[in-house]
Amino acid sequence: MSKFNKKKDAAVPAVNTASLPDIVFMLLFFFMTVTVMKDSSLKVENVLPNASEIKKLEKKDRVIYIYVGKPTKEYEKVFGTESKIQLNDKFADASEVGDYILMERAKKPQELQNVLTTALKVDKDANMGIISDIKQELRKVNALKVNYTTYEGDAFRNLQ
Amino acid sequence: MPKRGAPPEVNAGSMADIAFLLLIFFLVTTTIETDAGLDRMLPPIEPPDTDVIIKQKNIFQVSINRDGQLLADEELTNIQDLREKAKAFLDNGGAPSGSPDYCSYCKGKRDPSSSDSPAKAIISLKNDRETKYGTYITVQNELVGAYNDLRNREAQRLYKKDFTEMEAEYLNPETPDHVREDLKEKVKRIQELFPQKLSEAETTSN
Repeated sequence: MSKFNKKKDAAVPAVNTASLPDIVFMLLFFFMTVTVMKDSSLKVENVLPNASEIKKLEKKDRVIYIYVGKPTKEYEKVFGTESKIQLNDKFADASEVGDYILMERAKKPQELQNVLTTALKVDKDANMGIISDIKQELRKVNALKVNYTTYEGDAFRNLQ
Repeated sequence: MPKRGAPPEVNAGSMADIAFLLLIFFLVTTTIETDAGLDRMLPPIEPPDTDVIIKQKNIFQVSINRDGQLLADEELTNIQDLREKAKAFLDNGGAPSGSPDYCSYCKGKRDPSSSDSPAKAIISLKNDRETKYGTYITVQNELVGAYNDLRNREAQRLYKKDFTEMEAEYLNPETPDHVREDLKEKVKRIQELFPQKLSEAETTSN
């Protein structure tokens, strides 16, 4: 019976944590490789509509983003509740879209300047009027490739 | 001079803390999802030099009003039925056999009062300024879906594979080059069978 007594006396051995950094580093590298930094914070509500016939937007460096939606709560007092355009970090008017596209285009390397896509991230409750104004501006600066960014899902859910 | 012992070991106990700190930083800044959406080309702003005369029967007019109601080919239509209607129009192939526009692969009704061939058929989309963006996207989605369904049918017939699948593989940058060359031909061929002619008229506000 002495065997049992012995065990009782022994202190619980400390858990070996030597491999903990390895595990954490593994996770760290995973997140480092999949990370895409947020480049602008949203100032508009942005619930995208659903669509099923979508194509993926590969190559983030070839995309220019335009956000449209109602200003969020904190900006409501200043900018009202009508849908607004957000370019980079600022609210903008439809007439500024053309200049913005030209500016962004100039920032990209020469060989990419002709293959840029404009991604329109528009809240599903926005009106088409503002979209038509943007489209008109895009046509003026010859940025004809657009992508209406959506979530993947059943398109009929947009109607509710 | 006292003899030096082995160099003292660096205490690595805090390494985990540092790594955790970095990990948490990347965790909060991460957005994993890639964007996806409907690709569209806008019409160039300069009007074409020559006016092209398009027969009325080759145009499928879709209008959306401010309440989200749909007028397709002068009939009030449910959005749920739009895809079938668009497919029937595109796949009609009304040109008589022997004429240059004759469509040998069409499986439609061959109604002479509807579109001649998929190459001639144009879908025109019109919307009001007050139309909800969500409704507009649903309609766009259904029209693109109609094209995709027809293209899938032809791709299945010719290559035993879905067009959307082939196109996604073709556009994926990770696809090896020789596979992509091969796919390019096929994707192009299918696109020529059913060219996407979706015109977006400027919006009206009345």
